[in-house]
Amino acid sequence: MTSQVDPELQPARHRLWIARLRATDFRNYEALSVELDDRSVVLTGPNGAGKTNLLEAVSLLAPGRGLGRAQFADMIRHGAAGWALNAILHSAHGEVEIGTGYRSDDQTSARAVRINGETARSAGALGDYTRTIWLTPAMDGLFTGAAGERRRFLDRLIQSLDPGYRSNLSRFERAMRQRNRLLEDGEASSSRYEGFETQLAEAGTAIAATRLDTVTRLARLCDTPAKGGDASPFPWAELVLEGVLEGRLLNEAAVDVEDFYLETLARCREQDRAARRTLEGPHRSDLIVGHGPKGAPARRCSTGEQKALLIGLVLAHAELVKQQSDGYAPLILLDEIVAHLDEARREGLFHEIERLGAQAWMTGTDAAHFAPMGAHAQHFRIENGGVCA
Amino acid sequence: MARKVAGPEIEQLIQLLARLPGLGPRSARRAALHLINKKDQLLAPLAAAMTAARDKIVICETCGNVDTSIECTICADPRRDVSLICVVEEVADLWALERAGVIKGRYHVLGGTLSPLDGVGPEELSIAGLIARARAPEVKEILLALNATVEGQSTAHYLMDQLETCEVTVSQLAHGVPVGGELDYLDEGTLAAAIKARKTL
Ligand SMILES: Nc1ncnc2c1ncn2[C@@H]1O[C@H](COP(=O)(O)OP(=O)(O)OP(=O)(O)O)[C@@H](O)[C@H]1O
Ligand SMILES: [Mg+2]
Ligand SMILES: [Zn+2]
Repeated sequence: MTSQVDPELQPARHRLWIARLRATDFRNYEALSVELDDRSVVLTGPNGAGKTNLLEAVSLLAPGRGLGRAQFADMIRHGAAGWALNAILHSAHGEVEIGTGYRSDDQTSARAVRINGETARSAGALGDYTRTIWLTPAMDGLFTGAAGERRRFLDRLIQSLDPGYRSNLSRFERAMRQRNRLLEDGEASSSRYEGFETQLAEAGTAIAATRLDTVTRLARLCDTPAKGGDASPFPWAELVLEGVLEGRLLNEAAVDVEDFYLETLARCREQDRAARRTLEGPHRSDLIVGHGPKGAPARRCSTGEQKALLIGLVLAHAELVKQQSDGYAPLILLDEIVAHLDEARREGLFHEIERLGAQAWMTGTDAAHFAPMGAHAQHFRIENGGVCA
Repeated sequence: MARKVAGPEIEQLIQLLARLPGLGPRSARRAALHLINKKDQLLAPLAAAMTAARDKIVICETCGNVDTSIECTICADPRRDVSLICVVEEVADLWALERAGVIKGRYHVLGGTLSPLDGVGPEELSIAGLIARARAPEVKEILLALNATVEGQSTAHYLMDQLETCEVTVSQLAHGVPVGGELDYLDEGTLAAAIKARKTL
């Protein structure tokens, strides 16, 4: 790729980047320490070397369970007592030191988090500093798989835009589990349901409204054919949010939708009791993605087309995060994505990453695939839980 | 597992200390060592204080507070405003509010929150006692100071429903408090602000 870096697209150092990453007894890394500059990072090496593990480590610098959604206990290097990660990050708040870890004798399933040496009450605090998004091979079947996967994908996208979204999600989930237990127990007294249903209605409507808002803004970014045109390596996507509350929010005020959902929950108790769970709500919504230029639903597109569509979606999302965070693009983690792209798409991807000004972390077995990035990236070879420049 | 480093008496002390909230196995070990090093100044008086407490602790029959007489210090205090009852989940919340010194009235400890997942229904909590107290003519206001958790808020909802037939004003803590926040964790200023800004329902 010949890269005349467009000065307009590359404003002064508004960049979220990792300057140092240390891992201790994390997965197959016993003791790792890498110093970095603000360019993207390319990790190549044989199967089983530890490339994905390193991306997982980076993903843990943001709230949540990381890109594999694994248990923290499983991340402990076999035979060790606990893992720890430590990173120096440049963010919108300047330089920040993040430490996180988990020990097998911790009496909780939560990890410990320290920010600039201070213990944070929860990993959620990381959301103030780090935004990450990722694509992994596990997401290959996103468009053909279950709606739950797409919902989780969307919810994750939203969380990196709006760290407060998580608390609504967990409130909703908790209230629903409580209500479901009442349904299973065959509870008949409505006063036992109302408290939980009120919170389901509040949190559920807030969730649906945030989803709708995000999808609308995403759609504006990725369904503009003008941006790439039909010839763009990453086709524009048509996004539709399918869900009872989301649908109503298009034409009704949020307070009315909240009332509607509250009434629905009360009305459906009988039916829900038979099903032993809550049947209606934002936990049943789906994100329907269409291939813009082809005018076909994503699930009917070829494997390569689906992949390109997904990358386009993730890049649009990165753009949205950037717009909303004073020009700081998120860290973009791409596990084994590059290998499956043809040359034009590969270069298109590298160009987009440059344009976004993101520190992307990319893995692959073949270093040749990343040659076009040249000096725009720092290349590392991973072997057996070790990193060589 | 770690090897035992001391005899059974000390190991048991460590294991019991490790069950205290906020102490893990390692900090329990440190605490035990500290107690042992200060055997006369700390360990002996602590053991005596614990024995005395165990022998004297009772639960207040009126409000559910723990104290050393069947009517707790707060319920027995004639300077307390009898028209206000502040409802809390646990004794820890009562103590947090007392520390902040913002409640002029008395308390009612529910003993938890309604949580179907944990098998806790209205019968498991001190709700009937609360309703009975709320019916007393001198009681004018019930302030629900429950946590901003899903269970705390739905319990508040349930109580409002149950208190409807009593002639009292029901108010609730203004939760400028983070969702999932627990009273016990809040600093006194925040608590005072939340009580001042309480809403009548
Ligand atoms: N808790 C752990 N302790 C020790 N080793 C682990 C742990 N978890 C995973 N591993 C090992 O780490 C190795 C590297 O895994 P990783 O998925 O990072 O490889 P990779 O470089 O991404 O390989 P591929 O190219 O096949 O995707 C694997 O051999 C795996 O068995
Ligand atoms: Mg891998
Ligand atoms: Zn009392």
